[in-house]
Amino acid sequence: MESKTIALEDAQDIVVARNQVRSIAAALGFRAIDQTRLATVASELARNVIKYAQRGRLIAQPTESAEGRQALRLIFEDRGPGIPDIAAAMSDGFSTGRGLGFGLPGSRRLVDEFKIESEVGRGTRVTVLRWKA
Amino acid sequence: MSARIPILKVGRVLIVPIQVDMDDQTAIQLQERILTELERTGARGVLIDISLLEMVDSFIGRMLSDIAAMSRIMDARTVVVGMQPAVAITLVELGLELKGVETVLNVDEGFKLLRDEFDGADEEYAYRGLGAIGKQDNRT
Ligand SMILES: Nc1ncnc2c1ncn2[C@@H]1O[C@H](COP(=O)(O)OP(=O)(O)OP(=O)(O)O)[C@@H](O)[C@H]1O
Ligand SMILES: [Mg+2]
Repeated sequence: MESKTIALEDAQDIVVARNQVRSIAAALGFRAIDQTRLATVASELARNVIKYAQRGRLIAQPTESAEGRQALRLIFEDRGPGIPDIAAAMSDGFSTGRGLGFGLPGSRRLVDEFKIESEVGRGTRVTVLRWKA
Repeated sequence: MSARIPILKVGRVLIVPIQVDMDDQTAIQLQERILTELERTGARGVLIDISLLEMVDSFIGRMLSDIAAMSRIMDARTVVVGMQPAVAITLVELGLELKGVETVLNVDEGFKLLRDEFDGADEEYAYRGLGAIGKQDNRT
């Protein structure tokens, strides 16, 4: 299956992102619970893009291991303010936006691989991956 | 974009069946509308049916906590019914406790819980009703 890019421009795109991710996960044959996990991660991380960087994009990338094991990779990219202290941002309950502060650390718990790259003044990229059970 | 979510009043309970995937704005508006209805009707319970919601993220989770907290201030009890198992598991993994939110499996149990809450008042009401009938009986 091909990669798909979803523009994140306004709050409505958060809904689009989670629905698209769910249907891609469903088409790849992910279990219902994993579809819910991936849709929830998409909702959290797309909201961060809109909330902190105003806009960005999501790339949903079906992928496969050498042994033919399937996975879905989601890449959230923005050219927003960046995150000065990634360790702090990754801890439960940390928020600069009066949120609950569970978006980043919670999302990490919902996937198998989680990577965050950020540079102040340049932007943020969060890459997550979940293997098909 | 998304359809307006109905708020139904049955006795002293507001029933809110969430049947659409809410964007953030719709969620905020729903919260405000529930509070307005509580004030207007003096309802004592709020039953939020989320059985059709396929995902609850931190935003919707916080909305549910906020509704529960605010209804408590207005002397009403909020019960969330029908959370799908996959949604419940995901919420726990996210780390959200839905503080102060009571959850039950279905609408019947939700009503049972709320009826318990009003029992005293219900009995009082029934008692007065019976008293009136008794008087009538005496006259005939
Ligand atoms: N894309 C981003 N660009 C800049 N800063 C970000 C971005 N994503 C997250 N952050 C920073 O990391 C913090 C933690 O993010 P996280 O999603 O965990 O919590 P939150 O968004 O504050 O609250 P919640 O998601 O629970 O509503 C944010 O408060 C913000 O400071
Ligand atoms: Mg967040």
